[in-house]
Parts: sequence; C-alpha cells; structure tokens
Amino acid sequence: MIGKYLENIGGVTLYYLHDLGRMGVYLLRIWRGGIKRPFRILAMIRQMREIGANSLGVIFFTGAFTGMVLGLQGYYTLRKFGSEGLLGSAVALSLLREMGPVLTALMVTGRAGSAMCAEVGIMRNSEQIDALECMAVDPFPYMLMPKFLATMISLPLLTMIFNVVGIFGGYLVGVKLLGVNPGAYMTGMQQSVVNKDIFMGLVKSLVFGALIVWICTGRGYFVHQIRGAGYGAEGVSRVTTQAVVLSSISILVWDYILTAIML
Amino acid sequence: MNEEPVIQLRDVVKVFGTQRVLDRVNLDIYSGRTTVIAGGSGQGKSVTLKLILGLMKPDSGAILVHGRDITTMKRRELNEVRSHFGVLFQGAALLDSLSVFDNVALPLRERTDLSEEEIRQQVMASLIQLGLIGHEEKFPAQLSGGMKKRVGLARALQVQPEIMLFDEPTTGLDPEKTMEIYRLFYQTQDKYGYTAVIVSHDIPKVFNLADQVVVLNRGKLVAFNNPEEIQLSQVPEIQAFVKATMGHLYLSSDLE
Repeated sequence: MIGKYLENIGGVTLYYLHDLGRMGVYLLRIWRGGIKRPFRILAMIRQMREIGANSLGVIFFTGAFTGMVLGLQGYYTLRKFGSEGLLGSAVALSLLREMGPVLTALMVTGRAGSAMCAEVGIMRNSEQIDALECMAVDPFPYMLMPKFLATMISLPLLTMIFNVVGIFGGYLVGVKLLGVNPGAYMTGMQQSVVNKDIFMGLVKSLVFGALIVWICTGRGYFVHQIRGAGYGAEGVSRVTTQAVVLSSISILVWDYILTAIML
Repeated sequence: MNEEPVIQLRDVVKVFGTQRVLDRVNLDIYSGRTTVIAGGSGQGKSVTLKLILGLMKPDSGAILVHGRDITTMKRRELNEVRSHFGVLFQGAALLDSLSVFDNVALPLRERTDLSEEEIRQQVMASLIQLGLIGHEEKFPAQLSGGMKKRVGLARALQVQPEIMLFDEPTTGLDPEKTMEIYRLFYQTQDKYGYTAVIVSHDIPKVFNLADQVVVLNRGKLVAFNNPEEIQLSQVPEIQAFVKATMGHLYLSSDLE
C-alpha cells in the first residue's frame, strides 16, 4: 500500500522533471533556431499581425476600462485623505508598473496564446510537424521562431498602448466625470513617473511575452507526449486549457519575482 | 540476394508502457523494390515507419540507412539522410496555412537554391502530372481526401527521393480513388525508380505492388518472398490475419 503510494509520487515527480527538462530543451532549440539563416522576416510580420495587431481591439477596451475603474477607485480612496490631485500619478503608476504588463499579458494569453497552442497542437496531431522534419525542414526556425519573436515584439508594444489608453480612461473618469483638476492630474503624473517605472513595465512585458509563447507553443508541440492529454481534438483542447492556465499562473508568479527584484 | 540493402533494421525493440510493440525485429529493404509492411492495427506498422524516418528512437537495436546507423546520428546528419527520403503521410500532412502550390514548392524553397521561376515550372509540371492543375491556389481544407494524397505525393516527389515511404496510402479512400493512388504509384515509381516502403492493411490489393511482403504480428516480423507464401503460412496469427483481411476466398486450403 505504502509502496504503491511512494511509487506513484516517484512516477509523478519523474514525469514533471522530465516535462521541465523537455520544455527547457525546447526553449533552447527555439533560440538556436533564431540565429539560423534565412531570417524569416515575412513570417514574423504575419505572426505580429495575428498576435499583435489583431489583439489591439481587446487591449484598447481592457485598457480603457482598467484606467476608468482605477480612476474611480483611486478618486474615492484619495478623497478620504483630501488628495484627489494625486489621482494622475496613482493611475499612471499602477498602470505602468503592474496593471499594464500583467493585464496585457493575460489578455494576449487568452487571445493569441490559446490560438498558438491549438495551432501547433493540430499541426503535431495531423503529422504536419513530422512532415516538416521529414523534408529536412527544421520546424524551430521555420514556424516557432517567428511566433517567438512576434510575441516578444508585440507584447511590449501592446502594453504601452494599454498604458496610454488606461491613463486617458482614468482622465476621463477623474477629470471629466468626477471633477479632478486636469492640470493636477497631468502634472502629478509627470512629476511622479520616472524612467525606472517605464523600464520596469517593459522588462515585465518582455518576460511575460517569452513565458506566453514558450508555454503555449511548447504545450502544443508536445501534445502527443503530455500525460492525460489524450489524442485528437480532445488532446488539443485539454492541452490548450493547460497552456492558458499555466501561462496565466506563471505570469502572476513572475510578476511578483520581477517586482521584488526591481523595486 | 547479393546486393546491399538500402535500409536494414537490426534487432529493433520498441516498447510503449508495458507493450512490446517491436520485439527484436530484423528487416532488409532493397533498392528499387517495393516492400509492403502489413499487419493488423496497433501492431506497430506506423511505428516501424517512424523509426526508419528517425522520428522515433528504438529502445534498442540499430536502423541502418546505406549502412549508417541513424539511431546514433546527430540532427544534421539525420537531416542529410532524410533528404533522400520522401514520405506520404496517412492524412497527407499538408501545411494548413499554405496553398497547394506553396505546399508542393516548400521542399524546393527550403532545400534547394532554385529560383522562384524554376520552382514554379517544376511545381506546375508535377501538378499537371498528378492531375492537380486548376487547384494550385486552393488550401488543404478545401480538398478531398484523394486530392490531398495526390498533393502529398507531389510534394514528396519534388526532391526526387531515392526512398519513398507510404503510410496507409489508401486508408479512407473509396475503391476508385484507391486505384487512382495505385496507378500514380506505378507511374511515379516507373519514372523516378524509387525504393518504396508501403505500410498498409489494404490486403489483398497491395500484394499486387509488392516485391516483398512482411507481416507484423505481436512484435515480430514475418517475411514472405511472394504474396502466395503468406496465404499458406502455418502461423495461426498470420492465418487469422489473412482470413480477416482477405476472407476465405483467398485461402487455398479452403478452396480445396
């Protein structure tokens, strides 16, 4: 009884260690693929349209409403201390350092990460990846590196758009709706935001971008080897769910780690 | 046979969980000939093909292509070996995001230095040969099963492979389309003179194509020099397989 229990624990531990190792090698192979000629600029631009440009609408809306709710909450909190004038800096700092990178990354995971995972998973299941390998075409530089680079470029850009839209969302609610002084909102923001805040947001979004594309494409790539995933359409759907959950958790964990390091 | 085999499987063992799919399998595949690997489903036919392609590694044993063991090769060497292979996958494995033309042109664009104009000419020529003209702008999702296989065949033949591997080439096709695939197989083998390895359970039709038939059964390979031999096999499992796939009509003992 105890022996079987220990055996199970050992089996699960070994599986996860193996999975981690496999994902590590996968990441290395993507990077190695990146330095191989020819550089697939066109493929990368196409992916940037998928991952970046097509996510703009979602980012715009989430950015606007996040900014607006920050304006609302911030106003009622700051009013208690009679410092509504600080609303601009409160909104901007929250967005630039935390909300912008994290929420953008979560939205991109849901919109583009899941799609990438399903696409790669279906390619694996329908032997398209095997076919590439048999044609002596390395799938890493051919199809994975463009996704990787596209996400790494798109995510910081989307984050910045999110921040700008959010700041104006906060302005709309704070200044136009609740009557905060527009000058105070803008000057407060300009005085309190320093380069380090923007840099912190950028570093975060770069790390989150790498996490999203690594986890999402990686889960799809190994769909046939993942424990409990099953085969066919069911396997792809399970792995996609797993990829979104794993990416979201990793984003939040790494957000804490990066904040702790950079503060 | 005096000539050196192109592909040799030596004591190949492949285990999945507790199932020994291949148990010390030996197989020689000779140049210019057609080898059919038959057997019931789940007997490891496709696994054998994946092992030959280096997509899977055996648990033990060696797989020699032109005398070189591919199981110990580095990726670059393996790619070099693979450049002699052409594969027609079960579902054709066309890239969904590319049109028929781009799918067929892919190996030329990736593996040769041909100009775009030369590629266009060569691709169009093979599309004409395989009766795919007028469909070059379509995407795989818009094609029927038989057409996908023809595109897959066209793609595999672009780099003039020395060895062609077919994974269940006629599965899921109606009898008319099946005959068409076989006709194209004859035509293209005649033209390019490739060595063919066909994994199939389309018994007895594939017998007409084969120079050598091997049947996978409980992890063991049983080789037959001609299709008649297999029907006279005394091994109970093979008798059962022959009976299940070919029916009583083909068993000579039953006819008597």
